[in-house]
Amino acid sequence: MIPGHFTYHRPASMADAIKLLSDLGEEARPLAGGHSLIPMMKLRLATPEHLIDLHGVEGLKGITREGGNIVIGAMITQHELLASDVIASSLPILRETALLIADPQVRYRGTIGGNVANGDPGNDMPALMMTLGATYRLEGPDGVREEAAGDFYQGAYFTSLEPGEILTAVSVPAQPSGHGYAYEKLKRKVGDYATAAAAVVLTMSGGKVATCSIGLTNLSETPLLAEDAARAVIGTTLGEASLKKAAAAAEEIMSPAADGRGPVEYRKSVGGIMVTRALKRAAARAG
Amino acid sequence: MTPQAKKTQVSMTVNGVEVDGLVEPRTLLVHFIRENLQLTGTHIGCETTHCGACTVDIDGLSVKSCTMFAVQADGSQITTVEGIANADGTLSALQEGFRQMHGLQCGFCTPGMIVRAHRLLQENPSPTEEEIRFGIAGNLCRCTGYQNIVRAIQYAAAKINGTEFQEAAE
Repeated sequence: MIPGHFTYHRPASMADAIKLLSDLGEEARPLAGGHSLIPMMKLRLATPEHLIDLHGVEGLKGITREGGNIVIGAMITQHELLASDVIASSLPILRETALLIADPQVRYRGTIGGNVANGDPGNDMPALMMTLGATYRLEGPDGVREEAAGDFYQGAYFTSLEPGEILTAVSVPAQPSGHGYAYEKLKRKVGDYATAAAAVVLTMSGGKVATCSIGLTNLSETPLLAEDAARAVIGTTLGEASLKKAAAAAEEIMSPAADGRGPVEYRKSVGGIMVTRALKRAAARAG
Repeated sequence: MTPQAKKTQVSMTVNGVEVDGLVEPRTLLVHFIRENLQLTGTHIGCETTHCGACTVDIDGLSVKSCTMFAVQADGSQITTVEGIANADGTLSALQEGFRQMHGLQCGFCTPGMIVRAHRLLQENPSPTEEEIRFGIAGNLCRCTGYQNIVRAIQYAAAKINGTEFQEAAE
């Protein structure tokens, strides 16, 4: 399987990359880790005439603290996320999730920017970013803008990126010490996309859930924030009744496709189970 | 359709030797390695980034060379399975491990397995069985059931560390 012809560009600065992307128009695609785009090109499901490789662009590789946020450059790979002490201490759920993405070789190349910007409902980081209240830095010909992860996803492979824009960083609020977290992913085999997955971040106070946020992966055309499910457990001790209520509320908003991962009813049912498991595990971790 | 894309000159170091070639932008690294360099030890298995048979080591990272363009490897340091043996031509600890522990049957996945295990042992010289299994999760084998591949890597780790190889209990 050989991709179609394209012209390869390797700009050294973001200004050059944006200029290329705007000048070349719709037939140009930015190339990050390439582990979604290159397979699509080999299948000829994507046939860009120009690839703008971001590997030579300066300034897309840092993981830094900016006030209460951890700012992660778009070209940070999953492998680099796993190696980062800042991520391990302040955003351990990112580490837990990155470990469940694909396999070692893919994690060496695959980037956080590509994972969140591609709009693939099967990718794990988008729902997590919504759960954590992250924002994306989008740079384009008209300058820089910030967009909440929750506003970014509009449909499968369809995001609010404007023509000529490139996602350059992800800004994630550092979670308070003592928060509980869990990413529960059901998959058929190592490396597979989720049959269903749920992200939970919460805090506990006096044995009861004080704050809670729940995200869902691959259970709709876009990642979902399960707000009613989160509300169902806030103020409770996470007893069986409130866990059931949360799972039911989460299932209410799921609309998964019926595919090789199972029929709709099954995927919704296990989606609810992922929510329940993630809530329990997050609560057990909260201090 | 775009007209036939212009070819680009690339140069890289493969198994310690400086090489160059003229490639189309769409040429995958694995095709450059196998066809231009005639290093056919690196195999093409699934071509869909799943099987890991095409794994090579690029600048200290295990990479599926079917999922990277040759132009992207310009200037890099690459090790393929042909570069794994000891400098004097004797088998490396990993190769010896695969031989002694019967870590292969048909042998198709073996180049990718060995190149991947090479990097795994660089990063973690004394992996547990679980860490080995997690570390080779990007390499598929349809023959062995992985048992003997895991043993082969344990054998190599023990040999490199100068410790005694212990057969894992069944």
